Amino acid sequence: MNVRLYLWQRLTAALMLPLVLVHLALIFYAMRKGLTAADILSRTRGSVAWAVFYGVFVVAAAVHAPIGLRTVLAEWSPLGPRTRDLAAIAFGLLLLVLGLRAVAAVVLP
Amino acid sequence: MTTATLDVSVWRGGAQGRYETYQVPLRENQTVLDVVTWVQRNLDATLSYRFACRVGMCGSCAMTVNGRPRWTCRTHVAKVAKHGRLTIAPLENLPVIKDLAADMTPFFEKWQAAKGVFAPSKTREQPVEQITPDNAARRAADAGIECINCGVCYAACDTVRWNSDYLGPAALNRAWTLVNDVRDAGNAARLTAVAAAGGCHACHSHQSCQEHCPLALNPTASIAGLKRRTLQAYLRGEIKP
Repeated sequence: MNVRLYLWQRLTAALMLPLVLVHLALIFYAMRKGLTAADILSRTRGSVAWAVFYGVFVVAAAVHAPIGLRTVLAEWSPLGPRTRDLAAIAFGLLLLVLGLRAVAAVVLP
Repeated sequence: MTTATLDVSVWRGGAQGRYETYQVPLRENQTVLDVVTWVQRNLDATLSYRFACRVGMCGSCAMTVNGRPRWTCRTHVAKVAKHGRLTIAPLENLPVIKDLAADMTPFFEKWQAAKGVFAPSKTREQPVEQITPDNAARRAADAGIECINCGVCYAACDTVRWNSDYLGPAALNRAWTLVNDVRDAGNAARLTAVAAAGGCHACHSHQSCQEHCPLALNPTASIAGLKRRTLQAYLRGEIKP
């Protein structure tokens, strides 16, 4: 890892820290209140705030995770530098697509 | 009366070697280096190992003792021998030359790669820089300056084991002492070197270096300092990764 990747990984970690806490609190709230899928969708559909909240979360995760995965692959796998980087980028794109798709499913009206 | 003995397994050969076990008289006051020397002088003169000062100053005699890297001249047998047994091997994470002698070449090459060499900013005609001992930069340099280059931290480091490009704790600790030396003029090249792949950002902060350093230095803290300093330099556009 060089200083540029380090900066991106730390920036996205700092960004995700409050987001993770809110996300966890949200899960506890929904469980304790016994909210149904319909209850949740009625609150998220058409909500710009939830779209921004989870959109930012997904983008940050899609940047943060591949940087760490790249290091794991470099240290623990026999992959060469190019294959390792391509695998990490592919994983990041997968997270981005799956994440944004999930966000779209709950916020689009 | 029988003399108490130690069972000492010593690594023999190169990378594909094996352990050989020797019986060594147990003394009341005895270091691991004494044991190795006794084997070489009394049982097998072909045993290769490295030492010089025998008093913990030169950093030559580090070996793996019962699985841990240690400076053998200052490691008492009574402290480390479990049930009268010692297993002694060359330092890990370095090529083995023969028996207990590890090849320190990669260790010192990385010292150079991290720009761990003082770059003078003045000529001998100019007056000597006045540096007060309580100056913050001087205190940061002092915290890491006593390194004896024994290689114990390098042998203990998981990141060195997993990433052959990683410069390692000793070289980065040395770079940090120079970053804090106001007389030094080499920081642009040094920060660039330690901010590249394999530099300070590869450190996982496992702190094995700090745990094993015989001089109780804290290379992890030095590396954390380098991470901060390189990040500042990068954000200011002073270095390019």
